[in-house]
Amino acid sequence: MSDIQKASRRDVDHLELLAIACGGALGALARIGAAQAFPTSAGRWPWATFAVNIVGALLLGYFVTRLQERLPVSTLRRPLLATGFCGALTTFSTVQIELLRMADRHDYVLAAGYLLASVIGGYLAVFGSSALVRRVRAIA
Amino acid sequence: MSLPGWIAVAILGSLGSLARFLVDGAVSASSSSSFPLGTLLVNASGALVLGLLTGLALSGEALLLAGSATIGSYTTFSTWMLETHRLGEDGQLMQGVLNVLVSVVVGLGAAALGRSIGWSL
Repeated sequence: MSDIQKASRRDVDHLELLAIACGGALGALARIGAAQAFPTSAGRWPWATFAVNIVGALLLGYFVTRLQERLPVSTLRRPLLATGFCGALTTFSTVQIELLRMADRHDYVLAAGYLLASVIGGYLAVFGSSALVRRVRAIA
Repeated sequence: MSLPGWIAVAILGSLGSLARFLVDGAVSASSSSSFPLGTLLVNASGALVLGLLTGLALSGEALLLAGSATIGSYTTFSTWMLETHRLGEDGQLMQGVLNVLVSVVVGLGAAALGRSIGWSL
């Protein structure tokens, strides 16, 4: 690799990290904004976490399918929208703590329902948005 | 929340995302398997730390910033679901099912372990 190629590769790496940081900041703001707007009381369905996770899975399926299969290769859209925004908008760790708290209160039905709805809903969200992007491509 | 609080959320959210990218990249680079080990490790370690923070009885804005903003952004649900879906599409259905089951069992175990450590400190 020439020095010029090395230097430009380094710039791309830095820009990629910057794009992840920007997307991550926006995703975190949106998730915590939702949590503040719709606080969950103990023993209730955590709507805010559930909503950001399903919406984030929907958006990630859309972005990744579109960026990989439809649009020309872009170096910055994926780190900004997928790794940064969708990655930070959605959360795994909070779900685990919410499940532990439900189990503490012996709300096993709520915990099982929340876990199943999150996994099935998240999977269907990725499936649906990916299929939608491919369907639009097939028609176009 | 105050304006400085929101600014802190943005900064910590970007740091959590960068940490996820770097850890996932390092694990994926050292693994030749199609199983998404990077995301599993990120989510398990994040669940452990968030469990620890709740066990330490952090609350209010401290828990929000260290927990929800930082660790919440570090771990990810959407990538976990995307990778599960893509494994299924690639005809690796068992790997996809395994990815869901292992993540849930390891995630809950890590969160519970972190919380007990926090309680005992």
